[in-house]
Amino acid sequence: MSDPRTTAADGPSLSAENAAVIQLTRKDFVSDQEVRWCPGCGDYSILAQTQKTMPDFGVPREKMVFISGIGCSGRLPYYMNTYGFHSIHGRAPTLATGLKAARPDLMVWVITGDGDALSIGGNHVLHTMRRNVDVKVVMFNNRIYGLTKGQASPTSELGKRTKSSPDGTIDHPVMPLSIALAAEATFVARSVDTHTEHLQATLERAGYHRGSAFVEVLQNCNIFNDGAYREFTDREVREDRMLVLEHGKPMIFGKDRDRGIRLDGLHPEVVQLGGGVTEADLLVHDEEAEDPYLAYMLSRMWWPEYPVPVGVFRNVERPTHDELLTSQIEAVIAQRGPGDLANLLRSGDTWSVP
Amino acid sequence: MTTTSAPQRQARPEVELDRVTIRFAGDSGDGMQLTGSQFTRTTAVFGNDVSTLPDFPAEIRAPAGSLPGVSGFQLSFSSADIFTPGDQPDVLVAMNPAALKTNLIDLPAGGALIVNEDAFTPANLAKAGYDSNPLRDGSLKAYNVFEIPISTLNARALEGLDMTAKQVDLTKNFFALGLMFWLYERSMEPTVEWIDDKFSKRPVIAEANRRALKAGYAFGETTELFHTQYRVAPARLAPGTYRNITGNEATALGFVTAAQLAQRPLFYGSYPITPASDILHSLSSYKQFGVRTFQAEDEIAAIGAAIGASYGGALGLTGTSGPGLALKSEALNLAVMVELPLVVVDVQRAGPSTGMPTKTEQADLLQSVFGRNGDSPVPVVAPATPGECFDMAIEAWRIALRHMTPVVYLSDGFLATGAEPWRIPDLADLPDLRVANADDPATFRPYDRDPETLARPWAVPGTPGLEHRIGGLEKADISGNVSYDPENHHRMTMLRQEKVARVAATIPALEVSGPASGDLLLLGWGSTFGALHSAALRLQAAGYSVAHAHLRYLNPLPANTGEVLGNYRRVLVPEINTGQLRLLLRARYLLPVEGYNKVRGKPFKISEIEDHARALLEAS
Repeated sequence: MSDPRTTAADGPSLSAENAAVIQLTRKDFVSDQEVRWCPGCGDYSILAQTQKTMPDFGVPREKMVFISGIGCSGRLPYYMNTYGFHSIHGRAPTLATGLKAARPDLMVWVITGDGDALSIGGNHVLHTMRRNVDVKVVMFNNRIYGLTKGQASPTSELGKRTKSSPDGTIDHPVMPLSIALAAEATFVARSVDTHTEHLQATLERAGYHRGSAFVEVLQNCNIFNDGAYREFTDREVREDRMLVLEHGKPMIFGKDRDRGIRLDGLHPEVVQLGGGVTEADLLVHDEEAEDPYLAYMLSRMWWPEYPVPVGVFRNVERPTHDELLTSQIEAVIAQRGPGDLANLLRSGDTWSVP
Repeated sequence: MTTTSAPQRQARPEVELDRVTIRFAGDSGDGMQLTGSQFTRTTAVFGNDVSTLPDFPAEIRAPAGSLPGVSGFQLSFSSADIFTPGDQPDVLVAMNPAALKTNLIDLPAGGALIVNEDAFTPANLAKAGYDSNPLRDGSLKAYNVFEIPISTLNARALEGLDMTAKQVDLTKNFFALGLMFWLYERSMEPTVEWIDDKFSKRPVIAEANRRALKAGYAFGETTELFHTQYRVAPARLAPGTYRNITGNEATALGFVTAAQLAQRPLFYGSYPITPASDILHSLSSYKQFGVRTFQAEDEIAAIGAAIGASYGGALGLTGTSGPGLALKSEALNLAVMVELPLVVVDVQRAGPSTGMPTKTEQADLLQSVFGRNGDSPVPVVAPATPGECFDMAIEAWRIALRHMTPVVYLSDGFLATGAEPWRIPDLADLPDLRVANADDPATFRPYDRDPETLARPWAVPGTPGLEHRIGGLEKADISGNVSYDPENHHRMTMLRQEKVARVAATIPALEVSGPASGDLLLLGWGSTFGALHSAALRLQAAGYSVAHAHLRYLNPLPANTGEVLGNYRRVLVPEINTGQLRLLLRARYLLPVEGYNKVRGKPFKISEIEDHARALLEAS
């Protein structure tokens, strides 16, 4: 830092123009460390899409920081040739919050998993989102504890038999995006590990968002929970069983683009287009809606009752935590002038002893 | 307190005293803390040495008039150097029966007892558990009792003001304060200025408080109840400019100063907890110094954010009290592993668990030194007086920055809320805390070490060419890559130990007050300083061979500690715990160090230490 007391108040400057000038490629973001996930793990794809997306921001590598917690996802920072911090279980958002508060000039990513973010670190996700800390949280959701070899996670389906629940879990699962929305997140999205183009596009949208971004990536753990999402993510069925959200467009899905989502009272319903039902009857996606009702409704939709939505659920603007923090400091200095330490020590009643 | 037999107005005799100890006690809604701190402020400005002990319940407002709701403030002032708020009050001001009941035990026979007789109603007496009115049943005859209808007199003084009866009653503490100002010849001016400032937007309340204060003063002057006034001459303190300061205030100022000396921004992450919250309050009002404060969602987030800030090149600071330190231990260990500078403040309070939040204790020493998984060395420092909190806050940062290590700073409830006159330091006398960031990609290796301090380089994000990864997994020596190599883990464990051991090279030697060798050494740490020092002085004056030494550095200990201990036939370590420092000293030096341990949520009295030491000396 040049003069840390006047750390750049502005966030990292992101732009496609910068990207064209800096001209980084995926290779620049590959570290010298050997990748050690199980062969066939969905994490490989997430790492690759992350490395491919980073050059798009026009942010130099030294200004990027990846902070993780514990779990298989926690290893990702070792493989990124940026600054990286593999912290402790569930606490990555806290380190990211302090780092952004001290260094608004950095682009900070938090890499986490369903256990890390929603179980041991649930409190921190909640408060990071509500503060709108300018960090990009990427949560790998494999619905299982992989690193500890196969216990139920907070997103495991009810009744799931695991090593820790041989007779089936009795804990109702949570929907990660519903939680992010309830925590006032300003950017909420979902993608899939193997849907490489969609994942890249989603990470890019998250990166360009100013404020807290929460991205759930449906990730396959081929050792402890293989095929968790196969029923709707496999190539042959995905178009019929997933709904790709696009801002301002009617919610249409299906290989033949012949089905859609209509509102029936307070509930979404799947309808067949034709026979009196037209596109005009369908819900139109609005990721920028100030109120979170539509996004919340979408966050509850799940196969087989509904196609599983992916894409950006919510994308709104709110001042970030570091902007507000910095502006309070600037306002106090503008009003009272920079602090004078000798005066501060002498504040209050003083007396002299000769 | 002495009295004369012939009361005469105008020509009332003055008695010169060296030292007076006053305790204000009342309901927690009676404003006793404010009354005590106003008396302290005035007394400090007058030039007496002063030491205070606020004592308040954890409940903000326990039921009015009840025993648990009693709030007290004791202060001692003197014409000489004093080190404690006094063993027992000379004067007890009791605003209601509950305050009398809970505090009378500390008032010695012959002590002055000033009571608000208006509060001794049947209902209040019942709430305090009195079967009969102690003002009437002769049970107070051992004391010099002054029954004053404070509520009535105060209400009369405020007649004509547009206030409710309840608002009027809330000002009666200032009547009592005015009376005490008269009795000890203090000026009302500092308090009047405070009232004018505090209530500048509420002129009626300001007027009411001024009238209450002046009415109390005038009552002392005109009543024939008091036969004497007392003079306590100013103390002869070292030359300089002074202010009154509490430990928490000094702690906050010390950290702001450390950041200026290091020329880095200060980040403070904290979760509200008694008695540490005032540090958060102070630091959040220092934004003009660029201080970034963060009220976290929990204790863990507070330290996590502080580590994040340190990683970014700032001074990452977090503060808490005992239970909070327990919650922070995992993250503190992360800072040990990643070797980033960090300071953790623990304002100790009575434990275990929630314990007694507003009461003092010294029982987090072993938690600080050892309370983490693995071999996890952390330097620990502890100020001995409220004013010294400033110096030790700077010291904590000096060590953290020089050695790239987390440091625990142990204050306690007594230091935090107690106050004393503080000589304002000259900024030019303070150490330079600047350290350089790593910036050379050609030579940078994340776990390379400074040959002298064993500190690793501080490579902050944003520095081109220094991109690297750190974390809680064991690091390979020098490269910092993840390593499970057995020999490497052994080497790194030893390096972390050695790094903290080397802190001893730059800390001052343990100093002894009194004979350099002899029969008994009183050795303490933290807020017991005043009681130990005073007891040693008294014993020396009585001809005993007794010395006092006080540790400000608990880990590592000053290099000469073993040598000092060996110079005395016996070593007594009084602590407000069951013997934590004693355990460390015995383990380290294999000496039969003895303990004197009391855990009542209260500081030691001088006489307790003196009596115990005397018994040891006479037995041996």
